[in-house]
Amino acid sequence: MQLSRDDLLEAYRKMRMIREFEDAVHEEFSAGNIPGFVHLYAGEEASGVGVCMHLDDRDAIASTHRGHGHCIAKNCDERAMMFEIFGRKEGLCGGKGGSMHIADMSKGMMGANGIVGGGPPLICGAALSAKYLKTGGVAIAFVGDGASNQGTTFESYNLAKVWNLPAIFVVEDNGYAESTASKWSVAGSQVDRAKGFGMPSYDVDGHDFFAVWEAAREAIERARNDGGPSLIHSRLNRYYGHFEGDAISYKAPGEIEKVKAEKDAIMLFRNRVSEAGLLDGPAMDAVDKACRERIAQVLAEAKAGAMPTEADLLTDVYTSAY
Amino acid sequence: MPKKTYRQAINEALRQEMERDHRVILMGEDISGGMGAPGEQDAWGGPLGVTKGIMPVFTRDRVLDTPITESAFIGAAAGAAATGLRPVAELMFVDFMGVCFDQIFNQAAKFKYMFGGKAVTPLTIRTMYGAGFRAASQHSQCLYPLFTHIPGLKVALPSNAYEAKGLLATAIRDDDPVMFFEHKAMYDDEAEVPDEAYTIPFGEANVTREGDDVTIIAFGRMVNFANEAADNLEKSGISCTVVDPRTTSPLDRDTILETCEETGRVVVVDEAHPRCNMATDIAAMCAQEIFGALKAPVKMVTGYHCPVPFSPALEDLYVPNAAKIEAAVREVAGKGH
Repeated sequence: MQLSRDDLLEAYRKMRMIREFEDAVHEEFSAGNIPGFVHLYAGEEASGVGVCMHLDDRDAIASTHRGHGHCIAKNCDERAMMFEIFGRKEGLCGGKGGSMHIADMSKGMMGANGIVGGGPPLICGAALSAKYLKTGGVAIAFVGDGASNQGTTFESYNLAKVWNLPAIFVVEDNGYAESTASKWSVAGSQVDRAKGFGMPSYDVDGHDFFAVWEAAREAIERARNDGGPSLIHSRLNRYYGHFEGDAISYKAPGEIEKVKAEKDAIMLFRNRVSEAGLLDGPAMDAVDKACRERIAQVLAEAKAGAMPTEADLLTDVYTSAY
Repeated sequence: MPKKTYRQAINEALRQEMERDHRVILMGEDISGGMGAPGEQDAWGGPLGVTKGIMPVFTRDRVLDTPITESAFIGAAAGAAATGLRPVAELMFVDFMGVCFDQIFNQAAKFKYMFGGKAVTPLTIRTMYGAGFRAASQHSQCLYPLFTHIPGLKVALPSNAYEAKGLLATAIRDDDPVMFFEHKAMYDDEAEVPDEAYTIPFGEANVTREGDDVTIIAFGRMVNFANEAADNLEKSGISCTVVDPRTTSPLDRDTILETCEETGRVVVVDEAHPRCNMATDIAAMCAQEIFGALKAPVKMVTGYHCPVPFSPALEDLYVPNAAKIEAAVREVAGKGH
């Protein structure tokens, strides 16, 4: 399987859309316009997009605290997402979930998760559904380096292997669980942990779209062919704090700037496709402009959007009679 | 009508719902038994044999034994429910909620609301509860009040075999997550149970005795003790209404309040620990809604504020029984009785 020109443009569009979305949310949060807790994915775009380029509506993903990027990568509507983050009625979740629970089951996006390590068991279930109903689907659990130390994650590795589920665990290791360095908090290594459970594993540079895409291609193909679960350790960096408002004093001076200068995911992608003659600069510049305009538009609309009302407070608690 | 045990009634409901809908699957620890082992398959059918015989009929594709990994498989059941299946997971003892509660109350219970209504989670979790089995502190608790507290969950407490079969069918057909509590001391208790499948609606209390003097609201196994107490009291001239709410969430407030208002004298029987349980819930409801109709303080008959003890001598003191209910009823019935 090769990436066509359209695929490359789509991957680039999603990465740029995520960056624009997150930069806009960062600015709006700083200005005091967004309520609650927000955790941004800027800097990690190649990982979510590199994996989700292989997926379609049969496939499910579970995300992390840092869920906006996974949403966009899994084709959630960025307008409804922005409305959600502002707590508006037209939001993707009617304003009831917010940034930490943003989800769209119709797209197979099973939610960002407010509980670190909440997603992997759910993904075992989604993978079981796909296997039992023979949809050909796979299920992907994105976890951070923080969640990689949770018992739910280890239990899910074991269950996925024992049940031979079409599940893939993508450990997005941005070096810090909140303020705590993963080189301190993670005993052993992510890929060795996978080996301990008998799972094939990959260690990839998560800034490199093509490296992620290639590892995910192999893992997802294996899962679709009843070959069981795999793990991808995606090493990357986040450009903003754990949450918005985090002063990031625990990182070394210049650490983020160095990554931006040397390993920025979008920059690496542009260089690679330009050098290979796959996409030209003006085509990508046009994508940049379109994404910028789209985000400016949805931001303006979201800010003007109506809030939910008292009539919405008690709806959606139950499906059947209560 | 044929007599069947609580165990048989549950087994029959599971088989009939599996026949009815291929999306219904079972999962849990040793629910068939012998997985991967050299000896007998379907060796257990659950630790007390409740699911015995189902795997040979429906195969291991639909009866999934799990490792001892409650967080993963309860979460997997929630995830499978949200993506097209109707899993019935067995949490062997409700006391084990401590290692998987997040997947129930933060995940399954909240999908619908957090996702703006765009999630359906038809999950049933069967679980054993209750004292009287000499099973000690970590295998004897009631804990249904904890689940009743959580919006998004439904909670059923069948009080006999007939109730168990009908309420379990309702749970499995329901599109919301349901906690289905089976009292471990009742599995051999018999009742008349129809062979055909039937459902009992949630949130509709069953009035098992009608009387004029005192209203007894009882939950789960306690309904049987309340009936026994009512029958004994009838002989000494105190007539009782006994109400089995069947589900604590939803709760049939109307029937409870109406029957309490009619007599003005209320005893609530709840095997759970006494703080923040169903008894306090009903007492608060009476104080708030029918204070003027009450002729005596609401009396609660519950377990104690201590872990469930092991020694038979102590456990027997801990668990409510018909004698304790009778004493409570006499107390609220007042002078002349």
